[in-house]
Amino acid sequence: MLISKPPDLPSSEITSRGDYFRYLTRRRFLKGATAAGVAALGADRLGRLISPRTTVRAGAKLQTVPSQLTTTGEQLTPYDDITHYNNFYEFGVDKGAPAENAASLPTRPWTVKVEGKVARPLTFDIDDLLKLRPLEDRVYRHRCVEAWSMVIPWVGYSLSEFIRKCNPLPSAAYVQFISYYNSRVEQWSGEDPGISWPYSEGLRMDEAMNPLTLLTFGLYGETLPNQDGAPVRIVVPWKYGFKSAKSIVTVRFVDKQPPTTWNDQAAYEYGFYSNVNPNVDRVPWSQKTERRIGLPFYEQSRTTLMFNGYTDQVGSLYSGMDLRKFY
Amino acid sequence: MSRPTLIALKTATWIVCLAPFCWLVWGAFTNNLGPDATGAIAFTTGRSTLRLLAVTLAISPIRRLIPRLAWLIRFRRLIGLFAFFYATVHVLTWVALYNNFDLHNMLADVVRRRYITAGMAAYISLVPLALTSTAWSIRKLGGKSWSRLHTLIYFAALCGVAHYWWQMKPGVLTPLAMTVVIAALLLIRLIPARRSSRAISS
Repeated sequence: MLISKPPDLPSSEITSRGDYFRYLTRRRFLKGATAAGVAALGADRLGRLISPRTTVRAGAKLQTVPSQLTTTGEQLTPYDDITHYNNFYEFGVDKGAPAENAASLPTRPWTVKVEGKVARPLTFDIDDLLKLRPLEDRVYRHRCVEAWSMVIPWVGYSLSEFIRKCNPLPSAAYVQFISYYNSRVEQWSGEDPGISWPYSEGLRMDEAMNPLTLLTFGLYGETLPNQDGAPVRIVVPWKYGFKSAKSIVTVRFVDKQPPTTWNDQAAYEYGFYSNVNPNVDRVPWSQKTERRIGLPFYEQSRTTLMFNGYTDQVGSLYSGMDLRKFY
Repeated sequence: MSRPTLIALKTATWIVCLAPFCWLVWGAFTNNLGPDATGAIAFTTGRSTLRLLAVTLAISPIRRLIPRLAWLIRFRRLIGLFAFFYATVHVLTWVALYNNFDLHNMLADVVRRRYITAGMAAYISLVPLALTSTAWSIRKLGGKSWSRLHTLIYFAALCGVAHYWWQMKPGVLTPLAMTVVIAALLLIRLIPARRSSRAISS
């Protein structure tokens, strides 16, 4: 996979991957390093010989700054797992399919159109978006409605910063995000015949303006791999993963709740809000527990937290709402 | 069949039947079960159960079609018990890794989710078959009622296939091959025995 590095980033400003150890406590770092050493010398290597999980580094390094809004105290999900266990139906319904197929996604040149209830329609080039605000390292828990979860060090800035540049009108009550779609590039998009493309997601304006909602350009300090939604996506950590639209080409400000892909598929399963909520069951999956990806089987299971553990930051958005009704 | 041949073939059967389990143990040890180890365990044990059920179901029709292979019957119990073994590990995965032994959660699962309902029905119907797999049970029950009891395997196989489809995402056709095989093995039993035996003897 070839992604050209943004041309105006001097190599002296590139953050090294090693900086990620800043986020680990010293003790965990030592523990992790020891374990990694033992594993590298021992059986792990043999196992990988038999079934190698290749590490293909897609990304160019991004210059980042720390963030107050980062989630601490959680072990990061390995890069290989974040990039090889994806739901990105345009590239196939299997978890491994996007990693195999998404190389064809043309991430440069890339523009994001802003339209709808705005002072005037705008078009942003991806390289301008990357420079709009300092890129922050933000570790978030990521919870899929399929009852699995990850801890991902995203790179981006609050969507609210971008929305301010868009000058939405007071009548803009919702924001709709539309993903890239080209049936020739994404020839696997027919595998689930029920879905009509392009992928569409949406947030209420106050949800979109919440500082946790991240306009995301990278992970692990590098540009997003295609299968994770390159070159730009949103991440809404207190909602099920499908709310976090990938590979965004259009941001539309609207006055009514916009149509969203999974809600159109099965409104009784996938509500417009789809906040992580262990008390609201879905038919295919209980939401009380989740499996943390990338851990040994006996360490995977965890209790799912209300709003994925972000109640302090976002609980007030829903005060007075019956979350069983508005699931 | 000579005794050494029988022992060799039984050993081979054990090795083949245990291979998926050994692969899981090895993978768990080396942290090499992929991003979702729990999912890999559930999938491997479930698929092994259905495969071994299919092999178990294949033995009678093969004997009918090819009388020379009548000795295959000596392997049916072993393979059937291995199917039960994988089904048990599969259910334990669900109990321990997906539900944390939470009985309330499990009951809700069985009632609410049709793929769990079907899977549980399949497993429950396999239990009496495993329990009555001994020669003593056959004598005690009498061949006829033992055979009648063991037709439960058809129900188990059907429920197993339904369980496989219902837990898949729409659009994923992975269960198709197994469905065709099991459907063929069940349908072949609808051909009256007399006609087929005459066809063989003529």
